[in-house]
Amino acid sequence: MDIGIIDEIIDKHGGESGALIQILLDIQGAVNWLPKEALARVSEKLSVPMSRIQHITTFYKTFSLTPKGRHEIHVCLGTACHVRGAQDILATVEEVTGVKPGETDPDLNFSVETVSCLGCCALGPVMVVDGEYHGNVKPAETAKVLSQLKLTETAEALEKLKQSETAEVLNLCACQ
Amino acid sequence: MPQFTTPAELEAYRREVLSGRDSAKPCITLCSGSACHATGSNKVAAAIALEIEKQGVAAEVDFRRTGCHGFCEQGPIVVIYPQGVCYLKVQPEDIEEIITKSIKEQQVVERLIYADPNTGERTPLEEEIPFYKNQQRLILGSNLKIDPKNLDDYIAVGGFQALVKVLFEMTSEQVVDEVKSAKLRGRGGAGFPSGVKWDFARQAPGAQKYVVVNCDEGDPGAYMDRSVMEGNPFAVLEGLMIGAYAIGASEGYVYVRQEYPLAVENLAVALKKAAESGLLGTDILGSGFDFTVKVHRGAGAFICGEETSLLNSLEGKPGEPNARPPFPATKGLWGKPTNINNVETWANIPLIINKGAAAFSSIGTEGSKGTKIFSLVGKVNNTGLVEVPMGATLRDIIFKIGGGVPGGKKFKAVQTGGPSGGCLPESLLDTKVDFDELTKAGAMMGSGGMIVMDEDTCLVDIARYFLKFLSDESCGKCTPCREGIRQMLKILTNMTEGRGKEGDIELLQALAEATLGSSMCALGKTAPNPVLSTLTHFRDEYAAHIHNRKCPALSCKELIAYYIEPEKCKGCGACFRICPAAAIEGEKKQVHVVTQHKCTKCGGCLEACPAAFDAVRVLSGEPVPEPVAAEA
Repeated sequence: MDIGIIDEIIDKHGGESGALIQILLDIQGAVNWLPKEALARVSEKLSVPMSRIQHITTFYKTFSLTPKGRHEIHVCLGTACHVRGAQDILATVEEVTGVKPGETDPDLNFSVETVSCLGCCALGPVMVVDGEYHGNVKPAETAKVLSQLKLTETAEALEKLKQSETAEVLNLCACQ
Repeated sequence: MPQFTTPAELEAYRREVLSGRDSAKPCITLCSGSACHATGSNKVAAAIALEIEKQGVAAEVDFRRTGCHGFCEQGPIVVIYPQGVCYLKVQPEDIEEIITKSIKEQQVVERLIYADPNTGERTPLEEEIPFYKNQQRLILGSNLKIDPKNLDDYIAVGGFQALVKVLFEMTSEQVVDEVKSAKLRGRGGAGFPSGVKWDFARQAPGAQKYVVVNCDEGDPGAYMDRSVMEGNPFAVLEGLMIGAYAIGASEGYVYVRQEYPLAVENLAVALKKAAESGLLGTDILGSGFDFTVKVHRGAGAFICGEETSLLNSLEGKPGEPNARPPFPATKGLWGKPTNINNVETWANIPLIINKGAAAFSSIGTEGSKGTKIFSLVGKVNNTGLVEVPMGATLRDIIFKIGGGVPGGKKFKAVQTGGPSGGCLPESLLDTKVDFDELTKAGAMMGSGGMIVMDEDTCLVDIARYFLKFLSDESCGKCTPCREGIRQMLKILTNMTEGRGKEGDIELLQALAEATLGSSMCALGKTAPNPVLSTLTHFRDEYAAHIHNRKCPALSCKELIAYYIEPEKCKGCGACFRICPAAAIEGEKKQVHVVTQHKCTKCGGCLEACPAAFDAVRVLSGEPVPEPVAAEA
């Protein structure tokens, strides 16, 4: 992580300790989570104790203290979505990705989050995949969207693996 | 960007803008609220711009992207003025036809206009669609006319006239009196008289005071404030400035959820334009009144909708509530007198000043004046935002405007007031929407969520749902709220999972009353409402869950089973193919059987079974018959 980005964000808010939440939101927006070094920098520059920063980062739901996956899936569990079957959508998401709400898989492919309301109640149930809204979704459709994503991921991973294998073979040849 | 240093300059500019606009010239407006964004408004916008150029009609037609029109389920919505022809669910490929027919040939594209779900009757004009016809859109109405990022649009509809009137013709006391006599009550939930609240802050000693907009709309199932903030941020700003003048504040804050990115964006643009044109800053319009506004994004905590928590959050602290008194009006942000109101309340202020308190208070009931916006969602045909005068009945809203329950299902309950509110049964549908009447009925106005439930919704599960939400959102500072909610949730979860036992209902009732009576802030004090209201009106359902292990709505997963009736099954294999858990067994043309221990109860088979066979049944409170192998 480039600590320069963190400094820039802090400076943008004039280094005010009252802007702590806004600074953390911006950092989360820029690097997708809150790495420890970033928090240490904020603590130092704003003269705010780390304990208070920890209090804030664990109090507010938006903040994540662990890295997020490449694909972020948000399932809305607002009341309107709930009465229209959001639980089934969430169950399907968990099944297809193998990730529970609030968690990320070890390969950092998927992060699954639940949201209390996205304010798109007329379209419920709503699922957001990488910022794209899917309204009025059914479990079968959800599975299709995610399986497609998973296939692409797997293909990319295989491709990478292939490349690294080739590289290894080449290295091996070079050594010999 | 124009510069305004006197009211005369603003007025001259308004005339200039208006004279440059021909009201007879066709204007294509496209709803660009969050819901329409989700259904592809951006792509439609690009298609409109492209098609206007392609057909060479740029000189003959205006194009405007507006805020939310309210009929969200039917988005993206395109309305062509001056006639007001409304096209629903518009996709990019429809644009060519719309421009050719509607603009060039003055005809209507039949297939895109509103069709009544019951009669199939088509209605071309927006104002005649039943969903809109039965509303009174004093606040939301402007959303259709203006581009939220365009200051000229807001000025053209009379924007900032109320501010000018207040700054140059009224004393701060007169402004407060006007709001008092309009009998405006806070739209955020509690319904406290806004004028009285303003007066407390105005009379509180101190040179530095603050005004705050509460746009931390956390109630699940409610999005009125988002729509107003996205669609007409200037109106909220104007209301805020009037409030600031009235109480003597020179700084304002807008607290907006970061889950509403479009609201944050539109608000930021509005503030920037207002500042650039001299409508924010020092000596506004030469009146000597100084005012600046800062935006603060919330980081995801329902409790921050509570005013003392919100103020703590504004100070960069965790959003935990403080005991009141002292009230924010005397000791608020940074310990200074602060007036905090909800978005819809602020948006009502310019209206009251422009039209006068008498005109405003002529609308509504004795105790609740003006209009109220509701988000009418759930199991209802026309979902979206509706604005009605106070005193309209729930029945009118759900059936006249909402068009009733879809799919021929039976209406069961309506939930108002969000997690702090309650569920009302059919027998109370003639209740008027009014702060006091709804409370009397056992629900509450809340911020305006209105969730319709049909016979498939389990009310015990709804109570559990709200308690789950509240147990996640309780900040944990006081014990009755933290523990009371958790224990109630445990009992409700047991009930919905088939582990309810004798005495649970009485225990729930006792816990609810204890939590209600001893919690510190409104979250805990109102948390038992979903339990109490469902216990009052739907006690039978609780009893069935406990005594018969039965969910009458066939919704609680642990209490139901899917079963294929052997005499009806034709062995078509539709359920077999769709089952994600491979829990259905059976050969082609043979009776299919659900393997109960594998079934995840997703309901896929029920949906897949052709209506002609109708072989899948949901059982609850009765044993599943043993499978019989038989030829289909």
